[in-house]
Amino acid sequence: MVELEQNLNQAALTQLARREHYTFFGLTLPYLVLVGAMIIIPIGWLFFLSFVGRDGSFSFENYERMINSKAYLRIFITTFKISILTTFFCALFGYPLAYFMSQISRKWANICMIGVLIPFWTSLLVRTYAWLVLLQKKGLVNSVAVDLGLLSEPIKFVHNTSGTLIGMVHIMLPFLILPLYANMRAIDPHCVKAASSLGATPTRAFWTVFFPLSIPGLLAGLLIVFVLCLGFYVTPAVLGGGKVIMAAMKISSNIELYFSWGAASALGVVLLVVTMLILLIASKLVSFDQFGQRS
Amino acid sequence: MGFLNKNVSETQIKLKDRLWLYILSAIILFLLIVPSLVVIPMSFSSSQYLEFPPKDWSFRWYENYFFSWKVENGFNDWMAATRTSLLVAVLTIFVATPIGTLAAYGLTNSTRRLRAVLFPIMISPMMVPIILVAIGLFYFYVQFKMVNSIIGLVLGHSLVAMPLVLIIVMSALKNYDMNQEKVARSLGASRPRAFIEITLPQIKFSLISASLISFLTSFDEIIISLFVAGGDNSTITRSMFLALRDQIDPTIAAISTVLIIISSGLLIVTQLLSRQSQ
Repeated sequence: MVELEQNLNQAALTQLARREHYTFFGLTLPYLVLVGAMIIIPIGWLFFLSFVGRDGSFSFENYERMINSKAYLRIFITTFKISILTTFFCALFGYPLAYFMSQISRKWANICMIGVLIPFWTSLLVRTYAWLVLLQKKGLVNSVAVDLGLLSEPIKFVHNTSGTLIGMVHIMLPFLILPLYANMRAIDPHCVKAASSLGATPTRAFWTVFFPLSIPGLLAGLLIVFVLCLGFYVTPAVLGGGKVIMAAMKISSNIELYFSWGAASALGVVLLVVTMLILLIASKLVSFDQFGQRS
Repeated sequence: MGFLNKNVSETQIKLKDRLWLYILSAIILFLLIVPSLVVIPMSFSSSQYLEFPPKDWSFRWYENYFFSWKVENGFNDWMAATRTSLLVAVLTIFVATPIGTLAAYGLTNSTRRLRAVLFPIMISPMMVPIILVAIGLFYFYVQFKMVNSIIGLVLGHSLVAMPLVLIIVMSALKNYDMNQEKVARSLGASRPRAFIEITLPQIKFSLISASLISFLTSFDEIIISLFVAGGDNSTITRSMFLALRDQIDPTIAAISTVLIIISSGLLIVTQLLSRQSQ
């Protein structure tokens, strides 16, 4: 009798646990429905459209055009060139700052962190506009450079690659610093101490102990910045002045100007696949939790 | 100059050996913060051209922003666009925060396996290039006649804000002991009541910062608005972007100054909240 009762209890408990799971899954449903209806279905449809030719039948012509056309080749080259350069400069400026912040006390580091977060929170458009103002021919950068004798006459920094690059590095820098700083803070300071107690110079201790330990954070930051650059639209559109055409801008103009959904979709699919591959690598290196502060 | 010989790390590195790092970091921080602030003095300039520093000061660009219902030389009704943006941002809070919070609660309590499958899908709006989300939505809205509608904008912005809510609330729930709810329920509370009376008060700071971030995400959003907003329902960022492509209108400096004040205010509030919740 006792055994039977126990079995019954067991069965009831299992059932309760299962019902509990269904309830919890149910709570995620509104979210999943929205994502399904507004991301997965529309993007699935774009994927489908990319294989529809001009006559309405199945074809690879959208992809073929992309491979054969010089214009598309130029867009791919521009997109990758700008993304790689932006990522490089972000690492160049971001690494020293993140390192500095990891070496000072937490109190001071938090104050510096506000400096990193302010631009992170400021509207992208405001920052882009600020650079447009600063870099134009009569802008502050030019007048200071001429006054100091660095330039003999004002140079046009905007509406070209250099302006785009300056704006993008400024916008992307926090995305590199945040994961890198989190990683560096987690490095046990005793490791570096141990190295120097064994006679390593500070430089050597840095390069043989600290730097290798910071690589996961650095790589994660680099990959995030690179991915965000690949799909970037606003800053190149404003600071590039129509001379710097990146993939996202081409997608947009294909639709807005030419109503060519096939071409836009094919380019979109390529962009999506490249992005997803890179993010897959990044997700192996770092959890995305730390981006909760602001995307 | 004795302070230069002060140790700055536990490995006997002197300040003078590290001085370059301090200076370099200060320069980088300066370059991060200051360039955006240049719009503030520009916005008080009286000149139509963007000269720096401005020769004369005036409020004309603020007047232009706040009081010109129809600007004579353009199509920009800045105040209407601002109202649309504010309305959409507030509505986004009320869509994204509850949906995101419920999902975070459900996901935290579900099995590890289910979580591993659902989480990547749920943060996909953050991962997919935003231009694709925008054109996908544009197509979707054309089918349902939702282009240029407030509801379409709110849903689009909520889509982008929900992953942020999800991540913030999930990390708050990670530090929360779910057994407290079990205690409440063993004392006779229903599950919703246990959630509302026990769990909710303990994660309220995270919910507030999630709401603020939803607001700001929507208010700053450009790309989705470019595609799905229009007509009478243009947003402020959309109007700014379109104006920037054509000319450098100093009114944008005035608007930018207002936007900087809004976002810095929200940043300060969330920082204070996170300190409070620790």
